[in-house]
Amino acid sequence: MDILPILSTLRRHKITAFLVIIEIALTCAIVCNAVFLISQRLDRIHMQSGVAEHELLQIVLTDIGVTKDEKARTLTDIAALRQIPGVTEVASVNQAPFGNSSWNSGIKLDPKQRVSTLNASTYYGENALQTLGTQLVMGRNLQPDDYMDFDDVVKAAAAKDPKGIPKVTVITQTLAERLWPGQGALGKQIYLSDYPITVVGVVKDLVRPSIFDDAAAKFSMVFPVRITEGQYLIRTAPENRDAVLKAALEKLKAINPHRVVLKKRSMDEMRHDFFQNDRAMAGLLVGVCVALLVVTALGIVGLGSFWVAQRRRQIGVRRALGATRRNILNYFQTENFLLATIGIVVGMVMAYGINLLLMVHYELPRLPAIYFPVGALLLWAIGQLAVLGPAMRAAAVPPVVATRSV
Amino acid sequence: MFGYYLDLALRSLRRNKMLTALMVLAIALGIGASMTTLTVLHVLSGDPLPGKSGTLFYPQLDPQDMDGYEPGKEPPRQVTWIDGMNLLHAQRGDRQALMTGGAVPVQPTQSGMDPFYSDARYTTGDFFAMFQVPFLYGRGWSASDDEGKARVVVITRTLNDKLFAGKDSTGQTLRLSDTAFRIVGVLDSWRPNPHFYDVNMGNYAASEDVFVPLATARELRMDRNGSMDCWGSGGGDEEHLETATCVWLQFWVQLDSPAKAAAYKDYLVHYSQEQKSLGRFERPVNVRLPNLMEWLDINKVVPGDVRLQTWLALGFLLVCLVNTVGLMLAKFLRRAGELGVRRALGASKREVFMQLLVEAGVIGLAGGIGGLLLAFLGLWLVRRQPSDYASLAHLDVSMLLITFLLAVGASLLAGLLPAWRACQITPALQLKSQ
Repeated sequence: MDILPILSTLRRHKITAFLVIIEIALTCAIVCNAVFLISQRLDRIHMQSGVAEHELLQIVLTDIGVTKDEKARTLTDIAALRQIPGVTEVASVNQAPFGNSSWNSGIKLDPKQRVSTLNASTYYGENALQTLGTQLVMGRNLQPDDYMDFDDVVKAAAAKDPKGIPKVTVITQTLAERLWPGQGALGKQIYLSDYPITVVGVVKDLVRPSIFDDAAAKFSMVFPVRITEGQYLIRTAPENRDAVLKAALEKLKAINPHRVVLKKRSMDEMRHDFFQNDRAMAGLLVGVCVALLVVTALGIVGLGSFWVAQRRRQIGVRRALGATRRNILNYFQTENFLLATIGIVVGMVMAYGINLLLMVHYELPRLPAIYFPVGALLLWAIGQLAVLGPAMRAAAVPPVVATRSV
Repeated sequence: MFGYYLDLALRSLRRNKMLTALMVLAIALGIGASMTTLTVLHVLSGDPLPGKSGTLFYPQLDPQDMDGYEPGKEPPRQVTWIDGMNLLHAQRGDRQALMTGGAVPVQPTQSGMDPFYSDARYTTGDFFAMFQVPFLYGRGWSASDDEGKARVVVITRTLNDKLFAGKDSTGQTLRLSDTAFRIVGVLDSWRPNPHFYDVNMGNYAASEDVFVPLATARELRMDRNGSMDCWGSGGGDEEHLETATCVWLQFWVQLDSPAKAAAYKDYLVHYSQEQKSLGRFERPVNVRLPNLMEWLDINKVVPGDVRLQTWLALGFLLVCLVNTVGLMLAKFLRRAGELGVRRALGASKREVFMQLLVEAGVIGLAGGIGGLLLAFLGLWLVRRQPSDYASLAHLDVSMLLITFLLAVGASLLAGLLPAWRACQITPALQLKSQ
């Protein structure tokens, strides 16, 4: 196929050719970035939590009026929950993964530091790790004699008494790697305010209750602190969850009816709710991408049809001079390929530019190189599909058209 | 003449239904997507108190210790109890209120109703007048109620409907957190957007249902909600919040003139210096006094996703317009013969140009109507989304007008180039080739 005649024809239809190129370029730029945004959202939605999600239930209760002796009551609650058939672990905690409400603390690596190195979420609760089902990869778990009561810790902090502050913690692998890259975290010390705390164990993953920054999503620490906030995590086999939740609520109400249940849900539901906005955004982006590609394809069909109609006589002349149907078909296909290629090249540059803007304003990572060839293939394919109809119509023009005056 | 052009346009559009439908569809899709996202953006970045917001200010002080000090850093976004009370009692503004969010157990005396938790706001008397909160029955509480830690409560219309079937409940007793409160006022429907006075509670959250004097709530140790930042030995222990080195309260002040605002800022500087000489503040004086709209900007209340969606939709509209330009160009040039005849019969370039623009305008109008329908569909989809602003996404009159202006304007703009190009046809050449 000779490209030169195509180029010289296009030179006579500069405006139309230019419009096709611009449309393909814009579509290419927007779709590349939109697909990248979708993939980012999907990554987020499928984030590993590091806990036994399908086995966990969360119940949050709150008392009406001022309560006394929360400690004893929490123990009663836990004992009662443990007796429910099918329950394997129970913990009274301060927060839960994907629970949205979070406790956080700044960490220093040196007590003389004036600004914290980073901020991590703090999980409290006896038996919390066992109940959550985190996977210990190094060191040891928290042990009964590590534990202190939350109220005592608060009092000790107010009195600046280091003896009443927990001495050890278990942190996530991500946090360990961020604090001491390439070194083992076991035995290392972190500082909360001025209090030194030793890392005794590392778990594979434990996601934060609320995620402000995806890079810090797994910066979590677990402290040996007993807490009586009225928040319980219950672990049971997936098929027992409904029955256990029902039984648990009944038991808790029987123990003390003077309280209100704020939350009662499985961790699967919590994850579902947590990523609702991301799912909606991803859906919207998919919708826009499809609409864009359809509009672009229809535009190519429209312009292609116009071109074919405009050149009916020339096509007839070419056919009369011996061009085959295949030649005519190839002509329009090659023309479209040329326009699409220029559009894709311009579009890639624009895609890169938009990505740079997004990186600055939305803290997005750089567009991976793989998007460029895949985007190009996609647009080539759409261009060829769209032009096929008009090109076939062109190929069907009979040579006799050349002899007619109109 | 316009009527004739309109007739010509309709005839021409009818002649090639596919192409017309394609152009209308492209414009409708672009307009529909843009209007959906622009409406959401418009609703979310609106002024919660039009006409009043310019006189409302949110003072920021820096009471922290030197730990983590960086010059020029923004002061905390809330105040401590001590500073809040000092500013409140100084009464340097026309009105002022100190507040925090919370949650209270409501214990209905009506039989068959279980106790439930309700979001609450613990605040001081000026809150209602300062934020122009409408009352259905009764009124807010007085400064002496604040001082005396009175057991009084203001509830919303929603809660009043739920508990008292919408009747005037002022003077009745409401049990909250095992304590009897006297209802002094019932609010009419009120939902400022954004939830500007406390952005910790969700930027577009509905208003709280229960309003209790701050001092009363603290005395009864009612549950507090919201964010709290502590430094030094402050541990956020609920028992000693009054003395803790923690910021957890919001303080708003009404200043009716720019001169008063400037004077208030001087007062804040003076206050910080005084606190520093007393040894309470350690950092160099760092005060700010943003007004309501500035405060919303600082907090970036409009979600990033919404801005991103708007840009995406505008990009989509651009592609649709480029598409329309191409199709219109094709359409107009195809009628070169007809236009040539008109020119030969005496129509000026200008007249042909006008005729083609009328045709573009008709397409725009049709696209606008289609776009409007799509925008209604889009907003209905947005309202089904889980975000807390979802229920706010409604088209108002101004956005309706903008939709049509945008649609017709955009298609006229798209028609300019094709119409101009079609005017350049030499009549003689066209007639000859026939």
